[in-house]
Amino acid sequence: MSRILVVAEHDGAKLNASTAKCVSCARAVPDAEITVLVLAADGAAVAAEAARIAGVAKVLRVDRAENAHALAAVLAPQVAALAAPYSHVFGPSTTFGKDLMPRVAALIGAPQLSDIMAVEGANRFRRPTYAGNAIVTVEVEAGVKIVATVRTASFEAAPAGGSAAVEAATTDAALPTHTRFVSVSAARSDRPDLQGAARVVSGGRALGSAENFKLLYGLADRLGAAVGASRAAVDAGYAPNELQVGQTGKIIAPELYIALGISGAIQHLTGIKDARTIVAINKDSEAPIFEVADIGLVGDLFTILPELEKLLGA
Amino acid sequence: MKRILVGVKRVIDFNVRVRVKPDGSGVITDGVKMSLNPFDEIALEEALRIRERGAADEVVAVTIGPSDCQQQLRTALAMGADRALHVVQDGAVEPFTAAQAFAALAAKEQPVLVILGKQAIDDDNNQTGQMLAALWQRPQATFASKIELTDSTARVTREVDAGLETLEVDLPAVVTTDLRLNEPRYVKLPDIMKAKKKPLDSVTLADLGITASSRVKVLRTEPPAQRQKGIMVKDAAELVAALRKRGAI
Repeated sequence: MSRILVVAEHDGAKLNASTAKCVSCARAVPDAEITVLVLAADGAAVAAEAARIAGVAKVLRVDRAENAHALAAVLAPQVAALAAPYSHVFGPSTTFGKDLMPRVAALIGAPQLSDIMAVEGANRFRRPTYAGNAIVTVEVEAGVKIVATVRTASFEAAPAGGSAAVEAATTDAALPTHTRFVSVSAARSDRPDLQGAARVVSGGRALGSAENFKLLYGLADRLGAAVGASRAAVDAGYAPNELQVGQTGKIIAPELYIALGISGAIQHLTGIKDARTIVAINKDSEAPIFEVADIGLVGDLFTILPELEKLLGA
Repeated sequence: MKRILVGVKRVIDFNVRVRVKPDGSGVITDGVKMSLNPFDEIALEEALRIRERGAADEVVAVTIGPSDCQQQLRTALAMGADRALHVVQDGAVEPFTAAQAFAALAAKEQPVLVILGKQAIDDDNNQTGQMLAALWQRPQATFASKIELTDSTARVTREVDAGLETLEVDLPAVVTTDLRLNEPRYVKLPDIMKAKKKPLDSVTLADLGITASSRVKVLRTEPPAQRQKGIMVKDAAELVAALRKRGAI
């Protein structure tokens, strides 16, 4: 039997959708018993939410004031201390999990598998390398504990409907004070979250300015879509970093992805290839984005954008 | 002496379209251009800027791998590193092994900062910096887009899913770089000549008391599933019609 510990991602009040996706991945491991670990200052609400995910057998809740902010240096010793009875420790392949899980792996001396996209057995998984251009099947020696991050775009969120028991847990792990949270600046918006959105409207360098980039929001609003950006658009300062989609930004799997003025560097394509429908609008008919698009339209985005908005508004 | 260690990895160049070998044993590297991992270039650039504004005295570039990697160390020296360290290892280097090597070197060199790229664009693991910080029992500030140093601390802005997060860490610390930390300089020809005279020392993993771990076996390598060829439409109205037909809107 595999005993899998899933480290929950949350903001102190609500569980991040990535956690239910990690649970899905864990459920794909044969004969798995799944525990979700909630590390928080006060994890009552988050733990209750985690307990409702189908397939979760137990929720462990560790409340410590030091957990008010998700600092890897503070969380990792607690995860490591609780990891002993488990064969696998999973976290999401979000910036939270990418930051935390290797620190956990090193503390318990376990190897880490990053971005697992498919489960082939209790110790055999598939993961992308080279910006998704080479998919490797990897196997970890039997009996070795596995730490992994789960590529959230590869798994549907496990549904609600569970009713796991929530247990308070404590650890005597010494927590360092050498790392201190200062601030986080997040653009608060009513728009859907890019990572979980069903529809995404995304812009590239061809938008030409931060001002023009805002034109995308009209279309996004019509579609109820999140807004994304290519690296080029973020580097040029047209869009904030948290909108970046691609190898080093967010990997997303929306139902509909509309790329406007994005040429389609391989590093960008790796972030969108799990989208159900990809639409490319670009004035360069040779742009690589057309190679992966389900529907392509060659033309000037500044003409097409208002037309689309009008057509969709009707 | 205030020292900064920088990790540099030899990888297939950013612009090369990577191809999988037909027998599934890996990717084609014969005759393929190799370069410094772009994130490591950013790490080195940041270390050089810190030294140039007087907040550090020495920048040491470190790589782990076979003898070919010395080429990338020479590039690092040409960019401006003061000296280079080659940890010789012919087989695969798992991130845990790399982290152990950096931890051993950190114990010896006593740097104020170790700056690494957040990930290498070959394995895309994104592990070594975090593992090093754990083994070295020091702070980590990953995915950095800004680093401000004082004598005893670093204030690091990090690119996270929610936006930008700022941490304060005590030194020494491990920082891993994101894309927008800086724009690396170009290497000039005279610097390449000068780099040939800079010290480059080799050690083995065994010298550092490390046995390379090999707990993750790669069974096969495959190209990704191809998407089906799409259709072209001629205007916005056709596009909307096509989307409706697919049930996408």
